[in-house]
Amino acid sequence: MERRELDFAEAVREAIKQEMQRDSRIIIFGEDVGYFGGLFGCTKGLQQEFGEERVRDTPISEAAIIGTAIGAALTGLRPIAEIEFIDFIGCGMDQVFNQLAKMRYMSGGQLKLPVVIRTPCGSRYPIACGAAQHSQCLEAWFIHTPGLKVVIPSTPYDAKGLLISSIRDDDPVLFIEHKFQYYARRQPWIRERYPKLIEYVPQEPYTIPLGKADVKRDGEDVTVIATMMMVHKSLRVSEALEKEGISVEVIDPRTLVPLDKDTIIKSVKKTGRVIIITEENLTGSVASEILSIIVENAFDYLDAPIKRVCAPDVPIPYSPVLEREVIPQEEDIEIAIKQMVGV
Amino acid sequence: MNPNLISNELLIEMYKKMLTIRRFEEKIAQLFAQGLIPGLMHLYIGEEAVAVGACMNLRKDDYVTSTHRGHGHCIAKGGDLKKMMAEILGKATGYCKGKGGSMHIVAPEVGIVCCTGIAGAGIPIAVGVGLSIKLRNTDQVCACFFGDGASNTGAFHEGINLASVWRLPVIFICENNYYAISVPFVKAFNIKDIAVRAQGYGIASAIVDGMDVLAVYEEVKKAVQRARAGMGPTLIECKTYRFRGHHEGDPKMGLMYRSEDELREWMKKDPIVKLKMRLINDGTLSEREINEIEKEIDAKIKEAEEFAINSPYPPLDAVKEDLFIGG
Repeated sequence: MERRELDFAEAVREAIKQEMQRDSRIIIFGEDVGYFGGLFGCTKGLQQEFGEERVRDTPISEAAIIGTAIGAALTGLRPIAEIEFIDFIGCGMDQVFNQLAKMRYMSGGQLKLPVVIRTPCGSRYPIACGAAQHSQCLEAWFIHTPGLKVVIPSTPYDAKGLLISSIRDDDPVLFIEHKFQYYARRQPWIRERYPKLIEYVPQEPYTIPLGKADVKRDGEDVTVIATMMMVHKSLRVSEALEKEGISVEVIDPRTLVPLDKDTIIKSVKKTGRVIIITEENLTGSVASEILSIIVENAFDYLDAPIKRVCAPDVPIPYSPVLEREVIPQEEDIEIAIKQMVGV
Repeated sequence: MNPNLISNELLIEMYKKMLTIRRFEEKIAQLFAQGLIPGLMHLYIGEEAVAVGACMNLRKDDYVTSTHRGHGHCIAKGGDLKKMMAEILGKATGYCKGKGGSMHIVAPEVGIVCCTGIAGAGIPIAVGVGLSIKLRNTDQVCACFFGDGASNTGAFHEGINLASVWRLPVIFICENNYYAISVPFVKAFNIKDIAVRAQGYGIASAIVDGMDVLAVYEEVKKAVQRARAGMGPTLIECKTYRFRGHHEGDPKMGLMYRSEDELREWMKKDPIVKLKMRLINDGTLSEREINEIEKEIDAKIKEAEEFAINSPYPPLDAVKEDLFIGG
């Protein structure tokens, strides 16, 4: 039997489509998601299949997009709101952190908010240089806001299963999609370099529970905790280092809220060496939070200080040579691992 | 407006509702002064005609989005006085188990699904309620209350525009009380009437004397009929005034930035006094009946007060509850 392979956007689209077929309360809207099918093709064909009532183009109004999702969720629908780039979410941020995240708690549990906000993040170097306002990784903002679940898948298989879980979840979920992960079909070199960006995805709907990390690679010498594109970069480096006799374990948390602390701590106890690799700016990052958790829970097991490999605390610059410098690259990961194991 | 169309029963109901709001708020002011209320209180005294005139057009299954000055909306829509008072005192028996407080009282059982302390933030949420009504194919409506201050937020622009584009059954009710805390209308607007903005969004609008409950009732009635008929949203500006400060504890009850003359002029338009005089002059109610209504309302307020005062504070374990449905 031929094993069907999907890329990241196809997996996202299939999840939305199958869920919309299953449950007529699910609607999706945002900038360019309707007729055009989404800037990255994630909603292609959905308006044709489900009609203009359930698949809606909106004006450039992020506060209205998110607020509309909230109001619809409060009164019986299960909306998916798309924010075209995570960088634009600031325009609707009050609706995210003061309204969506807080409404259930401050109502004493009277209200239910089954909202999914899908939004792409991250650098597309060297495909397209998005500069400071179209390239950011802002997931740390949202883990700092109690009341939101935060999902950051790295592979098509995870994307489909986690998105279906997010849509079926009765709490608000911010579903962040690293947009470099959309390009493996269009740019063959990407697939060659990061083979897991196109992979077998079962046709039938399936769920992956929120709060369950995935060990993407087993190893003994060092634990790498990586998110989104950094998972792929870390896997590539780890395979190369295997030939040099360095055994790297790669853990993808997959969801930041809830966070699977157990899988992380278990790996740390096994290897005693930890590197946390994310694309965010370093200060106040998810990487910093994971580091704190490890220090609090497994300090005695550490054989070396934990390292973080993140972007420096600057906006993303436009010029490709500068963007490359800012975004963690495979050589940065390789150097960090070698230093960690003392090679 | 043809007041003859309004039955005596309805007029009496409006009077009772407005008076209930007034007495409730006076009780809150008193408890606040006694130090029994832990939070900020934004009282609705003076603006009762707006909530009551609007909500008398709504069914129980219609929706409301409310604001930081929301007690009046909740009472007008049929909220439970005991649970409101308990919430305001921070008690476990309150609407939100003491986690929301005055600015966040929601009462989904009577359609109040949003009560936010961020000016303007309820507007886009009301749009979503409208979308849900439209897609569920019911004839419900959503009344979205907000103030003059909120009318200058981006959320106002984004929300009303989208409601117009999608022709949603939302009635945007602007309670223009002429002050955004201390900043007067003329320093925040270069127009005389907020309602003129409706033209820029392509929706219907009206300007109403917000101190006249019948005027509000009539205008909202038309908007509700349009909304139920699928004819889209309306922006109704109600010119009104708060008789107290922005919040309890506002220095000199707001007279740092308002003149006593201005306050006195508006107090002459007291909507409750106006309706009471009409009811008496029409012979609809006798003095004795008016007194009985007052007694009945005072008893309800007292019952709510006692319930709230005698209720326990929430258990400390409650801190971690209600964040997510799954724990």
